Amino acid sequence: MAPAQPKAAAKPSEPPAGGVKKAKVGKPRNYDLGCGVVRFSKTKMFHKKNVYNSGSGTVPDFDPAYALDSVILVSCSILTPVQFSFSIPVQTSNSDSCPAFNFNTATGYGSNLYEDKAKYKFIGKKNPKAPKAKKPVVVVKKIGGDNNGGTRTVLIKKRRAFYPTQDKVPKRSHHKTFSKHVRRIRKNLIPGTVCILLAGRHAGKRVVLVGVLPSGLLLVTGPFAVNSCPLRRISQRYVIGTSTRVDLGDFKLPEHLNDAYFKKNKKSTKRSVKRKQGEDIFASKKEKYVPSEQRKADQKLVDEAVIAAIGKRDDKKVLRGYLRSAFGLRSSQFPHRMRF
Amino acid sequence: MPFARYVEPGRVALVADGPLKGKLVSIVDVIDQTRALVDGPGSGVPRQQIRLNQLHLTKFRLKFPFTAPTRVVRKAWTNAELNEKWADSQWAKKLANKEKRAQMTDYDRFKLTSARVKRNRARTAAFKTLKSKAARSGIFGKNKIPKKVVKKPRTKKASTQKKTPAKK
Repeated sequence: MAPAQPKAAAKPSEPPAGGVKKAKVGKPRNYDLGCGVVRFSKTKMFHKKNVYNSGSGTVPDFDPAYALDSVILVSCSILTPVQFSFSIPVQTSNSDSCPAFNFNTATGYGSNLYEDKAKYKFIGKKNPKAPKAKKPVVVVKKIGGDNNGGTRTVLIKKRRAFYPTQDKVPKRSHHKTFSKHVRRIRKNLIPGTVCILLAGRHAGKRVVLVGVLPSGLLLVTGPFAVNSCPLRRISQRYVIGTSTRVDLGDFKLPEHLNDAYFKKNKKSTKRSVKRKQGEDIFASKKEKYVPSEQRKADQKLVDEAVIAAIGKRDDKKVLRGYLRSAFGLRSSQFPHRMRF
Repeated sequence: MPFARYVEPGRVALVADGPLKGKLVSIVDVIDQTRALVDGPGSGVPRQQIRLNQLHLTKFRLKFPFTAPTRVVRKAWTNAELNEKWADSQWAKKLANKEKRAQMTDYDRFKLTSARVKRNRARTAAFKTLKSKAARSGIFGKNKIPKKVVKKPRTKKASTQKKTPAKK
């Protein structure tokens, strides 16, 4: 960017590139900082001149205040290139005349900054490096026994004993697995909403939504006493949320009613398990599902809250009948045209 | 049978299609075989042309001269009490019921069904009592049927009928 040969401070009599008819009054805005670094690059200067010339066509009077401002402003931008030159040892003939560049003074001075202050002191100066203490790699250890030579040098960090011929397959932990997906529940599915189940063994039943589990599955209940639908998980895809809502108040699901709670124990049907237990692995024994006491207690707990909420309503009788009845489509009824 | 309703100045029509669907307009002028100039000062429809196949003609007709200005149409409209007459007509009531039906939620539909079940049970019970009475009195023939203990109908009185639709 800059010529290799460092110039001394630019002469003030030198006319700018634009060509001026009047005698030059001010000082050149661009000057050599030494070591071949110019204060403004060629492009910067081009733009600056343009700005100056675009006004009235004549060069305005030099305003020292403006100059001061501009120097302070620009000083930030010149910091980086100058600093960069620190690291390069530059050999110049007039190294004595380039004292260390003091940024503080450089920013503070306005008009004659380029004349006597832009001297480089750092040229030829070398910062002695502090010698780093080397960390020991080996340790000399004493060894017992007559024929063992007495000492042995041992590496502090042991070398690897295993050199695999093949690279390991890296685990891809960053992959978005289904379990990490963000679950979004339809807006109308708020706990207390009466839903119509569309799939599963209780399809067609109208049930009450009790909560949403972290897996994104809805937790619904009949209540069991009303339509014999137990506490159950179901995907929101298989549910129509109606506009009918039961006010559950500040009812909160017990903490232990989570996804793990509702997971089915499929182990007993696995062959490996059967083999261990000495059963016939091909026999498909049908086990009848019997709800545990825990389940019964939880069912009761949740249903009590729901039934109490229904009981508070004026239309409790009708609503109970509504929950008891099953949903179905009549002739000339189309679910996409109906309101729920 | 000749037509009873014509596309003629003053004829009131219901817009059946397009952006003005469901609005009542009055024909002011017939532009050509497919279009007419309509105006609806009583229903918020500005004067404009409309295709005839978007119109359904009603039995109402306003009295104003051919290509009358909106001011005249408005006067005829209010004087004829067209909005009231229209709302009172069977056609408008049917439309209103249709709309009501479409706005029903699932719970409303359930309530309607159960109300109808109640009504129908009560009606059947009443009908059967009449029928058995008639049979006993010998209306259906000479053979008199002896009085039997009639089972009590399963329903309560239909006093709690809710939101009965216009449909019978």
